[in-house]
Amino acid sequence: MSGILVIAEQKDGKIKKVAFEILSEMQGIAKDTGFELNACLIGNNVSGLADQLAQYGAQKVFVVDNPSLAQYNTELYTAAAAGAADAAKPQVLLGGATVAGKDLMPRLAARLKTGLLSDCVLVKLNSDKKFVFQRPIYSGKVIADSVCASDIAAATIRPNVFSLKQPDASKKAEVVKVNVDVASIKPRVRVKEIIKAKSEKPDLTEASVIVSGGRGMKARENFKIIEELADVLGSAVGASRAAVDSGYADPSQQVGQTGKTVNPSLYIALGISGAIQHLAGMRTSKVIVAINKDPEAPIFKVADYGIVGDLFQIVPELTKEFKKLLAE
Amino acid sequence: MEIIVCIKQVPDTETKIKLKPDGSDIESEGIKWIISPYDEYAIEEGIKIKEKLGGTVTIVSLGPKRAIEAIRTGLAMGADKAIHLSDPAYLTADTFAVANALAAAIKTIPHDIILCGRQAIDDDSAQVPSMLAELLSVGQANFVIKLEVSQDKKAIAYRTVEGGAQEVLDIDLPAVIAVTKGINEPRYASLPGIMKAKQKKVDEPAPSALNLDANAVGEKGAKSKVVKYALPPERKAGKIIQSDFPQNVQDLVKLLREEAKII
Repeated sequence: MSGILVIAEQKDGKIKKVAFEILSEMQGIAKDTGFELNACLIGNNVSGLADQLAQYGAQKVFVVDNPSLAQYNTELYTAAAAGAADAAKPQVLLGGATVAGKDLMPRLAARLKTGLLSDCVLVKLNSDKKFVFQRPIYSGKVIADSVCASDIAAATIRPNVFSLKQPDASKKAEVVKVNVDVASIKPRVRVKEIIKAKSEKPDLTEASVIVSGGRGMKARENFKIIEELADVLGSAVGASRAAVDSGYADPSQQVGQTGKTVNPSLYIALGISGAIQHLAGMRTSKVIVAINKDPEAPIFKVADYGIVGDLFQIVPELTKEFKKLLAE
Repeated sequence: MEIIVCIKQVPDTETKIKLKPDGSDIESEGIKWIISPYDEYAIEEGIKIKEKLGGTVTIVSLGPKRAIEAIRTGLAMGADKAIHLSDPAYLTADTFAVANALAAAIKTIPHDIILCGRQAIDDDSAQVPSMLAELLSVGQANFVIKLEVSQDKKAIAYRTVEGGAQEVLDIDLPAVIAVTKGINEPRYASLPGIMKAKQKKVDEPAPSALNLDANAVGEKGAKSKVVKYALPPERKAGKIIQSDFPQNVQDLVKLLREEAKII
């Protein structure tokens, strides 16, 4: 048993920011417990990325490198991660609550017979120096503290929750190569094709800025003004359930209890009244801006800044102002 | 096609969740219970597959006695039979113990495809489908928004990934498919459907009937547990910008930059 293992997700040779966030946050806990802080990289030709993890505090980086791991595949990556866990023998296993992390970690937990807590926003030690994982449930209506009863405690960490520490450029990783015979596994689910999104926007669950539209957008084509604002801010585009059910936006854009729970630095709600289900999904945003013509809309009760007015007039102006500001 | 649909009964999304005074649990009094919305999509998808390819749809659910209402609703929509893991020994489980019990139940019957909702909207874990796939040693696909199943036990699934992109997956059945909103519009149970549902068979096997050890189920089988529930801090209302257009927009941008320091 030698401490904390962070499964550092990479895609196309780029490590996800959440891996650096988890490492940054765990530096303190590793010091308090005397645990080693290690990371794991899975992919094809990914050893070169290990130093980046060291710069955020990883001591050893367990690398499973194989041409058949070039793209994410549940069964192959589970085998690879289980191999890395076997080599690293962690007491605590952490990954990002990303699209791939949410697919991989439960399967890995079942294989390792460990408990797993999803989408955690806080990791702390209790008086017995046991790891306690805090996570929102009922999409944020309730906060639950959980512990694991298994030998290994595992959790996925929500992106944008832990702040990044300054990377230490002088640090080099101690790379431990792990051989896992993934080539002999015949996956029963294979990615045949990837259909790219119409626009290259960040994912809602990882975005640091989100602009969302609600019923007040009135029509699908009106989301164009949101898209323009989002392009200027480099943000993701979300929607309320009312907007999705009215056909203004796609189900994958829905924020709230029957959609995605998001945690950006800035959430701009346009024409969203603020139903309990929607508020549950975005209430942990650092700053909330609401623009709505109804001064009684519940969204104003949670918004840091509000404008009561016509969004069709305000949003294009806002886009213009942000453009001006960001060009400075 | 032998179709399994796993469902969970959860509090309605409109419910204001209250806690027991000592924070040991959720107050279950006065809650309106529903089928977890994503699981409704799974039921609908199962019935659609049966309508196209024939076969049976079996609902499997772990939950207390009250969960029979959710099961009967699924049967009224068109599922054929159900397994209800209602024995108190199963309850107070975590995701692992739930997946383990569901897997044990599913192993007792033929299964070509196992449909689940992408997550239950109460504990929001989104773990059971993947754990179930692992424990059944079959493939898995999460966040599925479109599914085409063929008679030769193959399926094509479209799953949503980052930023609105989609992966098209080639799947050898059996597999666990966790569906998300957008895959279909769940039907309402018809009156004849509701009448027929009352006659449909619902098995309630005890853990021993599924070869599950008493230490493998419920609280004893759980690998994690909640030690404390709390309500999140209330967010305070901020300021409404009172100036006229377009000054209000300029003020907002200024506040975001200078006060919130976010842009």
